[in-house]
Amino acid sequence: MRLNRSVKAAVAVGALLLVTACGSSDDEGGSPSAQSGLNPPDLKAQSKLGRTEGQVNLINWAGYVEDGSNDPKVDWVSDFEKETGCQVNSKVAASSDEMVKLMKTGQYDAVSASGDASLRLIASGDAAPVNTDLVPNYKDVFGGLKNQEWNSVDGTAYGIPHGRGANLLMYNTEKVKPAPDSWSVVFDGASKYKGKVTAYDSPIYIADAALYLKATRPDLKIENPYALDQKQFDAAVDLLKKQNENVGEYWGDYLKEVSAFKSGDSVVGTTWQVIANLAEDEGAKVEAVVPKEGSTGWSDTWMLSAKAKHPNCAYKWMDWIISPKANAQVAEYFGEAPANSKACDLTSVKDWCETYHAADEDYWKNTAFWNTPIEQCLDGRTDTKCVPYAKWVQAWTEIKG
Amino acid sequence: MTPSHTVRTAGRSRVRRLAGALHRRPRLRLSLLLTAPLLWLAVLYLGSLAVLFVSAFWTTNSFTSEVVKVWSTDNFEALFTTPVFRQVIWRSIGVALAVTALCAVIALPIAFYTARVARPRWRPLLVVAILTPLWASYLVKVYAWRLILSEGGLADWLLAPLGLDGPGYGLTAAVVTLTYLWLPYMILPIHTALEQLPDNLLDASADLGARPGRTLRSVVLPVVLPSVAAGSVFTFSLSLGDYITVQIVGGKTQLIGNLVYSNIELNLPMAAALGTVPVVVIVVYLLAMRRTGALSSL
Repeated sequence: MRLNRSVKAAVAVGALLLVTACGSSDDEGGSPSAQSGLNPPDLKAQSKLGRTEGQVNLINWAGYVEDGSNDPKVDWVSDFEKETGCQVNSKVAASSDEMVKLMKTGQYDAVSASGDASLRLIASGDAAPVNTDLVPNYKDVFGGLKNQEWNSVDGTAYGIPHGRGANLLMYNTEKVKPAPDSWSVVFDGASKYKGKVTAYDSPIYIADAALYLKATRPDLKIENPYALDQKQFDAAVDLLKKQNENVGEYWGDYLKEVSAFKSGDSVVGTTWQVIANLAEDEGAKVEAVVPKEGSTGWSDTWMLSAKAKHPNCAYKWMDWIISPKANAQVAEYFGEAPANSKACDLTSVKDWCETYHAADEDYWKNTAFWNTPIEQCLDGRTDTKCVPYAKWVQAWTEIKG
Repeated sequence: MTPSHTVRTAGRSRVRRLAGALHRRPRLRLSLLLTAPLLWLAVLYLGSLAVLFVSAFWTTNSFTSEVVKVWSTDNFEALFTTPVFRQVIWRSIGVALAVTALCAVIALPIAFYTARVARPRWRPLLVVAILTPLWASYLVKVYAWRLILSEGGLADWLLAPLGLDGPGYGLTAAVVTLTYLWLPYMILPIHTALEQLPDNLLDASADLGARPGRTLRSVVLPVVLPSVAAGSVFTFSLSLGDYITVQIVGGKTQLIGNLVYSNIELNLPMAAALGTVPVVVIVVYLLAMRRTGALSSL
């Protein structure tokens, strides 16, 4: 009996070794890329799927994993459970920082990480590489989402793209005239709307100021708004301190912004497409545009924990959530552009993908997706050090005063 | 005698002996009675405060934001040298004092009415009316104030005939909303003090020729002041710790609670250092209030 068990264990360990030894051959070239400073632990993706484990533990943004308990009509989890036999346990996180913290516990199998969390997860070894061959629906994902700097390192994929959205400039069409086409309306020209300007309440908003400076202050030579050396960073912080004098309130909760635009307490500021739609539905006279300087945005990635106890169910989930039907459902419920090109045919609102520019790669070229600022400059500069995210957090407190 | 009977008598006499021993040793009795609640207080309450204080001396890894258990006073240094922290600490104390003062000014006449002017039949009902807002959810009340203070909302509408605008979202809005939230905690102790004020004191004052103003100053206020101080303990500490109201109606204002909240995910030791500030301020405030005799009238 005892022997029997140790034989089983030995076989299991052997199988595991075999799996890891076969590994993935995703290291294409392995040449030092822009992120040569980022040295994640050498982990290997599994090469084939094993039996599903019966359950999977997910960390996700609100609205990403809906099983009908919030709204009986919103459910793309039950079918997954029926089909794969993987019971889904979802833990909603409120911020990227919370996601990073939860992933460190090792109790979760996968996370829907935004770009400002993903690099931190990769660098600390909490996220494992993903073998995209095991995710059949990956082939239909828009090319612009694959192997980007927030979901891959040196060509190794660290996750499956979920969907994306841009941070837009929203304005009250009655109060803000002429219609703005530049972020200057919330920065240099903000005093015209003193007390009615709003901004996103997160350190990552500093990148919005950097993006504006990239266009208006060529002498600063900003390449990437998430790779700022001390001088560039100080300029962005100064700009935001000046903006603060004209800000009425910052928004973190999207319903707060909807109510502020409805009542007229805010008339101009940064927003998400879903907020603009909601505000318009509720009768606010608003318009949301991408200004000429381009904009920042977010692109979410399902990442696999390096300590996943249910990796096969996690792979099944990653494939399911980007399957055309589920991806269309989640994109519509959350208000974002789906990752799967075939999802566009299945949305209940016909022109969903047009509204959210799902296939419009030119639109996304102007979008600087959220990324984690680290000391090694993300834009490839090696002669200087960039300001890491922890400093961004401190600066954000100082900006708000 | 059956064996079982012997056992029972022995058991009974043992209980008696124990009871006798306890009766003769009142200190032992007291310590047995108080051990459990004192342990609860010391371990759960003071213990967690101690953990808070100790963790304030740790640091974090700036990239992975993991807590590094290395002793350092950097966080407290930052607390005292960073201008933004000092500014926010003073602002928070200012808000707490302003809310307390406003509550006292509003509560005094209301409590005077409910305790002395209104007909005795109505008094319990009025007290219930004062307490009713405490039954509603905190968030509902704060969001109601968000609507009241919004552009073109009730506040703007009421002030328009006077040629004024509402305060909008900001520090003023936060003070007004907090005053509304904590007012019942100020009214109740004052109401109780006024209710217990003997009528014959007022009569004696009148007999000696004092006008109402003089009676109020020399008789009523000295009796009521300790209860104002008692109420202020609630309004002050509740305002100092609040961070949700200011998020909803405070516009871009930051108070100390907001700083703790924004540090808690990424820099736990800094959040702990910030968290000790209100603890210290409230201890100082309680010591000051003890001198007025407020704590004995709680």
